[in-house]
Amino acid sequence: MSKIEIEGLHKTYASRNGRVAALADVTLSIKQNEFVTLVGPSGCGKSTLLKLIGALIRPSRGKLLFDGAPLFHPTRDVGIVFQEAVLLEWRTVLDNVLLPAEILGLDKRKSRARAMDLIALVGLGGFERRYPRELSGGMQQRVSLCRALIHNPSVLLMDEPFAALDAMTREELGFELMRIWDADKKTVIFVTHNISEAILLADRVVAMSPRPGRIARVLDVALARPRTIEMQFTETFKSYSQEIRDVIYQGKGAGRP
Amino acid sequence: MTVETTALDGDEPLEGTESTLKSVAGATLTLIALVALWEFLAREFQIPVWLLPAPSLIGESMLEWRSELLGHSLVTLYETLAGFALAIAISIPLAVAVVYSPLLQNTIYPILLALQSMPKVAIAPLLALWIGFGTLPKIVVVFLVCFFPIIVATTSGLTAVPSSLMDLIRSLSATSVQTFVKIRFPTAMPHIFVGLKIAITFAVIGAVIGEFVGSENGLGYLILVSTSQSRTPLAFGSLVLLTVMSIVLYYAIALIERVVVPWAPRN
Repeated sequence: MSKIEIEGLHKTYASRNGRVAALADVTLSIKQNEFVTLVGPSGCGKSTLLKLIGALIRPSRGKLLFDGAPLFHPTRDVGIVFQEAVLLEWRTVLDNVLLPAEILGLDKRKSRARAMDLIALVGLGGFERRYPRELSGGMQQRVSLCRALIHNPSVLLMDEPFAALDAMTREELGFELMRIWDADKKTVIFVTHNISEAILLADRVVAMSPRPGRIARVLDVALARPRTIEMQFTETFKSYSQEIRDVIYQGKGAGRP
Repeated sequence: MTVETTALDGDEPLEGTESTLKSVAGATLTLIALVALWEFLAREFQIPVWLLPAPSLIGESMLEWRSELLGHSLVTLYETLAGFALAIAISIPLAVAVVYSPLLQNTIYPILLALQSMPKVAIAPLLALWIGFGTLPKIVVVFLVCFFPIIVATTSGLTAVPSSLMDLIRSLSATSVQTFVKIRFPTAMPHIFVGLKIAITFAVIGAVIGEFVGSENGLGYLILVSTSQSRTPLAFGSLVLLTVMSIVLYYAIALIERVVVPWAPRN
């Protein structure tokens, strides 16, 4: 059984210029513990798709099954990381990580122990009592990753989580994420507009094209794990990159008056 | 919320303290120079005391009338603080209600905005007419001038939660009480303090306006009486105390802010 089953999903928004189709006829099946990246230019509906999967918005039409059942409300089985860390400035690193556990009413002692482990896992051991303003952008994003994992969800939704970081921090965090995912498997759905990042991280790349947002191509990434930086320079990687670029740009002019 | 601008900057507070010291020292020196110039001009051109007394004369009369000045100061201080407290007690809950109720947002809030355009000075005589010449009408004027900045700041603060953070909270199916206590209210705190700092500077003005309209005590009353009796140094003395009171109250709020909201951006 698929972890997430999407069939004929549509999402339209009402706007000043009438109804705008954000997503049109999206069909996608995501396996348990799969690492899927959604890549495409802005306006291709990749973030919309992520929000639909998290049940933060309702689809206009179509079917979305989570563990085989339709989602009507957000599920606690999901952790979310956004482009901005959006940490609470009045809370320490530790208390920020513990926020979801508090809201869900999880056992305090166990959550605390788990939070400390997670903070150590992302290399922030010793920073538990620091405040967000004392951390760099990359460190803040690590904290927000811990916060997404604290309640041990089976699905991790990531909306361009490294897009606001510099290129080196971005690479570093990508590898860190893969290491964490390898140690504690989850279904990861990762939105990005960076093609290399999409290939390097994913088991499967979902390339999307805009207006209306739809899936242009689904690509299985046949690179061994653990992934390395050097893989970016292989012919296989380059051909993936070219293929994604082709479908994204091909779709660009289509469907427009 | 910015991510990029809040990088590691361990030595920033030190720089901040240094520049604060510099600006305080600069302002003090300028003030001393201006007072000295005033003293010099007043003596040199023998400006009549009833018109513009020299600073030294103002100081003398303040010493002479110290017990009266203290008494009137306390009255004004009481009116100011009572009105300010009343404004906090009413505006903040009302702001919460406005934020949570679309009905209030569409009904009460526009009316409040319209009321704000009404000059409070013009209401003061009516208040005297309705509730007399005691302390209460002054407190009401202070309340009226403080009310608006606090409710506006609180309303904007309560709605300042980044939408992605709201999504996160929603994904955890947080209750509205949890959302308010853990997210919304702490997010609003720095905004509320901006409103409080603006309000407290208006508060003293409000009290004086109330006293101008009709009263038997307070520094505003003292200014009216002493100018009508050509005791200009005493009027200036009252003015000095009003200024000091205003500044002290402002910094008291700023100090409370530092303790209660240590994460607030410093200006």
